[in-house]
Amino acid sequence: MADDALPSPAQGTPLGAARPGFCGRLHMIEVGRDVRGLTAAELETRLVELGFVEGAYIELLHEGTFGGDPIAVRVDNATVALRRREAMAILVT
Amino acid sequence: MSTAGDASPWSFALVGPPNSGKTALFNALTGSRQKVANYPGVTVERKAGLLQTPSGRHVTLIDLPGTYSLRGRSPDEEVTRDFVLGRLTGELRPDLLLCVADATNLRLALRLVLELKRVGIPLMLVLNMFDIARRRGMDIDLERLSMELGVPVVAAVAVRRGGTEELLRQVDATATGGRLVESTWTPPTAAQLRAAQKEADRIIEAAVRMPAKPDTLTTRLDSVLLHPVAGLVILLGILFIMFQAVFTWARPLMDLISAGFDALGALAHDAIPDGLLQSFIQNGVISGVGSVIVFLPQILILFLFILLLEDLGYMARAAFLMDRIMGGAGLHGRAFIPLLSSFACAIPGIMATRVIDNRRDRLTTILVAPLMTCSARIPVYTLIISAFIPPTYVWGWISLQGMVMFGLYAAGIISALAVSFVVKYLFWREEHTAPFMLEMPDYKLPRPRSVAIGLMIRAKIFLQRAGTTIFSMMVLIWFLASFPRPPEGVHEPAINFSLAAMLGNAIQPVLAPLGFNWQISVALIPGMAAREVAVAALGTVYAIEGGKEAAEQIGQALASKWSLATALALLTWYIFAPQCASTLAVIRRETGGWRFMAITFAYMLALAYGAALATYNIAVAFGAG
Repeated sequence: MADDALPSPAQGTPLGAARPGFCGRLHMIEVGRDVRGLTAAELETRLVELGFVEGAYIELLHEGTFGGDPIAVRVDNATVALRRREAMAILVT
Repeated sequence: MSTAGDASPWSFALVGPPNSGKTALFNALTGSRQKVANYPGVTVERKAGLLQTPSGRHVTLIDLPGTYSLRGRSPDEEVTRDFVLGRLTGELRPDLLLCVADATNLRLALRLVLELKRVGIPLMLVLNMFDIARRRGMDIDLERLSMELGVPVVAAVAVRRGGTEELLRQVDATATGGRLVESTWTPPTAAQLRAAQKEADRIIEAAVRMPAKPDTLTTRLDSVLLHPVAGLVILLGILFIMFQAVFTWARPLMDLISAGFDALGALAHDAIPDGLLQSFIQNGVISGVGSVIVFLPQILILFLFILLLEDLGYMARAAFLMDRIMGGAGLHGRAFIPLLSSFACAIPGIMATRVIDNRRDRLTTILVAPLMTCSARIPVYTLIISAFIPPTYVWGWISLQGMVMFGLYAAGIISALAVSFVVKYLFWREEHTAPFMLEMPDYKLPRPRSVAIGLMIRAKIFLQRAGTTIFSMMVLIWFLASFPRPPEGVHEPAINFSLAAMLGNAIQPVLAPLGFNWQISVALIPGMAAREVAVAALGTVYAIEGGKEAAEQIGQALASKWSLATALALLTWYIFAPQCASTLAVIRRETGGWRFMAITFAYMLALAYGAALATYNIAVAFGAG
C-alpha cells in the first residue's frame, strides 16, 4: 500500500490501515484513484450502498488470517466484510 | 358484482436486501406451491408461488433476487430491476411490491424503500423477524415508521405459523386501494444514495429505539468463529464433517438405490425376452435413470449442509475466512464450498456455485470444478493402480499405491487452481474484478420447515431437469454401444461390432501417441456416461464375464496386455478428461447455454491429451514402454 498517499490527519485515517479494535466515526469517502477493475465512482457507490455514509459508527471487529485481510467492520448495527484495498477509501476519525 | 375470487389474479413481487429473510417469508406465504424456472435468456432463477388473500383473491408471488438498490450490478440484480420496472419480456409489472426488511437491521432496507417509492407501484414494507427485534430490546413504532416513509408497514414473523396473518390482511387493502402510475425512477448516483441513506437514518432515529448493545450472541460467536486461527480450524472441521457426510452417510442410501435399480433391471431381464427391447429397457432406461438418481442422496446431504450454513448466517463467514486463500488463485472466497463438494461429484458442486453472486467468479468456478477428483474416478484409479503399481512401501511405511492415489488428487487440485489462475489473469484481466464486499448477517437458528422446502425444491430441480438431459445422453450412449447388432454365430463381444467400437477405432490413431490401444479407445466411449462405466467396458471388450465385479480379473488381464507407460498415460488422461456426460449437461444447464459446456469440454480434452502424451513419452523414455 506504499503508493497510497496518506491523507493529512485532519481528514481522518483510512479504515484500510486500521487495526482490530479501532472504533470511530466515518469522516468521508475519498476514492483517490480507480481501484483495479472498478471506477472511483462505482466503488464509492458500492460503499454507500453498504451503509458507509458520513457520521456512521465504525468499528474494526476482525481481520483475516493472512496479511490481516479482509476485515470485518461494524457499520452502525450491521457487520460488513471487505478487503483493505477498498477500505483505504473510507476515512475515519 | 362479482366476488373478489372471480377477479383476475394479482401479481406481487418480494423485493429486499440480501439476508432480509425474503425466502423464509416466501416459503411461509406459499408453502410448497412453488415453481422454479429460469427467466428467459438469463440463468437467474425465477421463483414463483401461489397464495390466496383473506378476501379470496389469487396471487402469484414472485421472489426476486436480493438487492440493495435497483442499480443492477449483477445479472440477478438486473432481473430485479427489470421486473420491477416492467421491462422484462413476458412479465407484467407487478400490482404490489412487498419490500422485505430484517427488523433488526433496517438501515439499508429503508433506503431501498425510499428508492422503490419512485417506481410507481403500490408498495408495502414488511418487517420480518419482528419477534427477534423485540427480544433484543428494539422498540419499533410502526405507525411513526409508516408515516415517515409514506408506505404501509406491517410486522411479520415468517418462521412462525400465523405470523403472516396481519400481513395478508394488509395486502388486500393496499393492493385494492393502490394503482400503478408511471415510474420516475432513474439509476441513483452516489450522492443520491447518500442522501437517501441519511434520510433513512433520520427515520430510524425518529421511529426506532435501539438497544444499548448490538446482538451480543453474534458478537461472542464471531470472536471465536472469525478468530484468525480458531476460525480457520473450525471451518476446516465443519468442512471435514460435510465431506465425510457426503461420502459416508450417503453411501448406504446410494447402495440401496443402485441395488434397487439392479433388481429392477434383473426383473426386466427376466420379464422381457432376450433381444433389443430387453437390452434397451435394462441397459438404456433402467440403468440410465439409475445412474442419475444414485447421486440424489449426495446432492441432498450436500444441500442440507449448504442450506443450514446459509440460514445460520455462516456462509458469509466462510467466504470471509477463505477469501485471501482462494484469492491467490483468482477465485472468490465463496468458491470454496462448491469446489470441495466436487470431490464427491462435480454435479452438486456445480449446482452449489449458485452461492457465488458474481457471474464471472461463478463461471470460473464451474470451469474448474470438474478437475477436482470426483468419486466416480476412484474405481478407475483403483483398478489401474492395483494392476500396475507394486504394493511396496517407500521408507518402510508409505504405501506406493497410496502415494500414487494422493498424487492423482493433488494433480487435480493443483490443475484446478492453475486453470482458474490462467482464466482470471489472462482472459478476464481487462474486465471488472468483483471486490469482496458483503454483509455478514447476525446468526439465526435455521427453521426446519424452510430448510425442508428448500431441499425439496433442489431435489425436484435435479430430478426433473438434469434427469431429462442426462437420461437422453445415457440412451444415446446405449444406442452407440448396442448398434449395429453383431452378425449371427460370432463369439466376440457384441460391443466390438457397435458404433461405439467404430468410433473407438476411428479415434484410435489419434490416441495412439498416448499409448492407447483400440480396446481403451472403445472403452472410453461408454465411459462418457459415467467414468466408472469404463471399468465395465474394459471388461466387456476384453471379453471378461462379470463386468464390474470382476475388477481383479480385469486388472490381471490389463497387467499382461498394457505397458506401464500406457497405464500411467491412462491415469493422467482420467485426471483431466471431460469423461462425464452428466457433468457437461449440468454445466450447460447452469450456465444457460452450450458455450461454456463446449469450452469446458475443449480445454479439459486438450489438457488430458497433452498431459497423457507427456506422461507416456516420459515413461517410455525411462524404459516403461
